[in-house]
Amino acid sequence: MLGDALLLQLGYNATLVAIGATLLGIAAGSTGTFLFLRKRALVSDAISHATLPGVCLAFIVMVMLGGDGRNLVGLLLGSAISAWIGLVCLSWLVRHTRLAEDAAIGAVLSVFFGFGIVLLTVIQTMGSGRQAGLEGFLLGSTAGMLWADAMVIAIGGAVTLALILLLRRPMTLVAFDPEYAQARGLPVARIDLAMMGLVMAVTVVGLKIVGLILIVALLIIPPVTARFWTERSDQVVLLAGIVGGLSGFVGAAVSASAPNLPTGPIIVLVSFGCFTVSLLLAPGRGALAALLRHLRFQKRVHLRQGLLALAQGQPIYEALTLRLLRRAGLARADGVATDMGRARAAKALRDERRWQVVRSDQAHEAAAALYDGLRDIETVLTRDQIAEVDRAIGSPEGVPA
Amino acid sequence: MSIALIASEGTIANRQPQVDSPLAIRGLTVSYGQKPAVFSVDMTVQPGAMTAVIGPNGAGKSTLLKAALGIVKPLSGQVQVFGAPLDRQRARIAYVPQRASIDWDFPTRVIDVVLMGLYRQLGLLGRVRAVHRARALECLDRVGMRDFAERQIGQLSGGQQQRVFLARALAQDADLYLLDEPFAGVDAATEKAIIGVLKSLRAEGRTVVVVHHDLATVRDYFDNVFLINTSKVAEGPVATTFTAETLQATYGGRLATAQVDQLAAAALA
Repeated sequence: MLGDALLLQLGYNATLVAIGATLLGIAAGSTGTFLFLRKRALVSDAISHATLPGVCLAFIVMVMLGGDGRNLVGLLLGSAISAWIGLVCLSWLVRHTRLAEDAAIGAVLSVFFGFGIVLLTVIQTMGSGRQAGLEGFLLGSTAGMLWADAMVIAIGGAVTLALILLLRRPMTLVAFDPEYAQARGLPVARIDLAMMGLVMAVTVVGLKIVGLILIVALLIIPPVTARFWTERSDQVVLLAGIVGGLSGFVGAAVSASAPNLPTGPIIVLVSFGCFTVSLLLAPGRGALAALLRHLRFQKRVHLRQGLLALAQGQPIYEALTLRLLRRAGLARADGVATDMGRARAAKALRDERRWQVVRSDQAHEAAAALYDGLRDIETVLTRDQIAEVDRAIGSPEGVPA
Repeated sequence: MSIALIASEGTIANRQPQVDSPLAIRGLTVSYGQKPAVFSVDMTVQPGAMTAVIGPNGAGKSTLLKAALGIVKPLSGQVQVFGAPLDRQRARIAYVPQRASIDWDFPTRVIDVVLMGLYRQLGLLGRVRAVHRARALECLDRVGMRDFAERQIGQLSGGQQQRVFLARALAQDADLYLLDEPFAGVDAATEKAIIGVLKSLRAEGRTVVVVHHDLATVRDYFDNVFLINTSKVAEGPVATTFTAETLQATYGGRLATAQVDQLAAAALA
């Protein structure tokens, strides 16, 4: 069943939803990257919650004008207008009051959402049957998706991507260094506004599939996932688009493969799966890689300390140190050094003395800055320099050759 | 403000903006909330020279620079760059911000940062071509950071990060360079590299303005000083303006212990 779904064999509606979700995921992932880089991820949560009153008011207005309250374009237009008002309120609060952005987000989000819920209840009393499942906009509802709905999503997604392509350079510059961008004469405030406009477009377009509560996940999880794999912002944008698109497609397919599986939440869970895999397995920034790096480092520290202890004839009490020395063939089980251990220990001690000289000599400042207790002195000084250091140490000290 | 009168060629004369001054500021006041950070400051930067902006912590040095660049909005005052309004001369100004203002975990490489300096040449959709890369690498070379081009910026030391910022400014090929504390917390090698580049910029006839905190190096590095403590204290050549008297007037009771020592050393020099 899932195989069929992934191959778009589950019928017209499932195919429409899968394509729509993929496009939405790509647009959301790449748009969200700029939000993430600008460190304003949660603003999208305020924007999305601020869409609800607009949806409800648009419904009421359309019904009062005698039209069909469920017209998607009308509902989305309403949601966009109220999201914009929410955004304006948010930036006004941040700019003109002492409220920090997180507090302002909380205020705007809850007030708009609360107002929207009140309107939803009002609509319910307006006459049964006409309610038209507006709650579907909360968590997304794809059951009755039409060709026209899919087209709205496709066009919205395509326009968003085109704008990202056009604005990626200024948006990246503003995210990285807003003061420098301002100094170069870039309209920073307007670029930020454009970014928020893109986020709003994605949110509005995504209402039907993912719903307003979960859209923030589709904006933020893909870039955070992508960040694990690359150190370049343009690649983060690209990867986030791919992760978002993939999550949208797989999530839609999975939810179509069994009855009563909600599409939006499944999409979010799939993207979370991508995140978890990246968190654990990504090279460089992943948790596993970090753990391995830490263990390797710890091993080096213990070996070095063990060697220095051996060289100075001190007893080794730490079990880990002893175990590492034994495994490396540098010491016996009772803590006595092997021949190789003695040679390496002498070298470690000599290097430590050399480092002392290097670190106390202004002329070696650059090399001294690299001292960490572990680094081999050969990696920072030439053979001639080491010979010179050795002369400074002098033989009377009794440094073993 | 008797000191101000001693130091300059007369405040009244300075009210007439010199057409050819790279940066002429008149009556600039900037405030955060109700307290002015910079109050009614006039400044006339001499072309082709290196000027240090000096004053105690919180004296408005950085704010002055940011207001000159339009990063913070002044309450009053005018800024003229090469005799024209700031917005018409943006391409001729390069700014090196303080290192601390940046998130160094940002996903970008050294070369990408320098390419930001070529923003105008690249435009919105232009591709980064070999000529742009070559230019960026050349700028990195000037600050001794060419070998670091492909590194993520977070892997650099503080001094190296500062040099990358300078390389980005160099890529702009500007006529006026404004640097905010480029020597703060950097290693000796970086300080040497940066001052070398700044002096070569001066030799090319460009103008350099530096917010500076180390009084001991002022005489070695700079031609002119601009002393500020919220309002201007003095402005002029180092030889005549950087004196114990003006420093005392600038720092007054606000001297940190380290600054007292520096002040004594500088006054003796």
